[in-house]
Amino acid sequence: MKFLKFLFTGIFFGIVLVKSEAVSWYRIFEMFKFQSFHMYGIIGSAVLMGVGGIFLMKKYKLKSLEGKAIAVSPKEKGFTRYILGGTIFGLGWALAGACPGPMYILLGAGIFPMIIVIAAAMLGTFLYGMLRDKLPH
Amino acid sequence: MDILLKPWPWYVSGPLIAAVLLMLVYFGKTFGMSSNLRTFCAISGAGKYADFFRFDWKAQRWNLVVVLGAILGGFIATHFLSDGSTIQLSPETVSDLASLNFSQAGESLLPKEIYSWDVVLTLKGISILIIAGVLVGFGTRYAGGCTSGHAISGLSNLQLPSLIAVIGFFIGGLVMTHFILPLIF
Repeated sequence: MKFLKFLFTGIFFGIVLVKSEAVSWYRIFEMFKFQSFHMYGIIGSAVLMGVGGIFLMKKYKLKSLEGKAIAVSPKEKGFTRYILGGTIFGLGWALAGACPGPMYILLGAGIFPMIIVIAAAMLGTFLYGMLRDKLPH
Repeated sequence: MDILLKPWPWYVSGPLIAAVLLMLVYFGKTFGMSSNLRTFCAISGAGKYADFFRFDWKAQRWNLVVVLGAILGGFIATHFLSDGSTIQLSPETVSDLASLNFSQAGESLLPKEIYSWDVVLTLKGISILIIAGVLVGFGTRYAGGCTSGHAISGLSNLQLPSLIAVIGFFIGGLVMTHFILPLIF
């Protein structure tokens, strides 16, 4: 039963991303062409609300359901891995038109070729795991 | 009800995505969809080949449940919450796509020029999907997160690494959209 809240969160996430059209290849293309405010509005308002929400949760020392203080674990400091990894990710994002969340959502939406993209993304993650010690971070 | 079935505007969708982030933070978790790819690798036995996949993946089961929910959400939204509205792309986007030989832009979620089985089952078509997937999977783990982990979660927590990663996402996305897509299509 403890997993039920995560199931509903996922369902809600999937519905929002389809209804916002953020799962559409076309919207990603349009965003990278700077031809519409739509995706910038979605990401920008999500970040603004996220900043406000996390600020308030911390300010009022809200405890999480697990009873701990609210915290988003910080990412390690660095530059190379973020800029290089980010660029590689961006190339794939604009080609597939889908990032890891939408891949699953689109599968549920009946786009079955997405299973190939998901399997290839697992392969990419596996390759990273194999090459990790040799890459600059 | 009618308004629910139409596409939702950005100022409704964006705050609802923030709600997903805040719910997960309140549950004591983080919002990050790409971590599941690493979990799938670990479950499939990748730990035999690299230490990176030797971790307690059972602690990540909650995130797999989010994935299951996302799949269901995609099904529910397209089958029960859609009225078949087309995507109102900007006219420039439609004409740019036409010059890349993409017709009927916005009439479905994804272009048939990439995702229809006729195309997927050609060497070029399947190569595109595999290359795109590998780039996403490799890049996201290298960068330590994807759109949810960095652009939404990380920026909401005002983290510099996430801003650098998002700049990277845009460098890659702009290069693909402006220079590489015109070479492929």
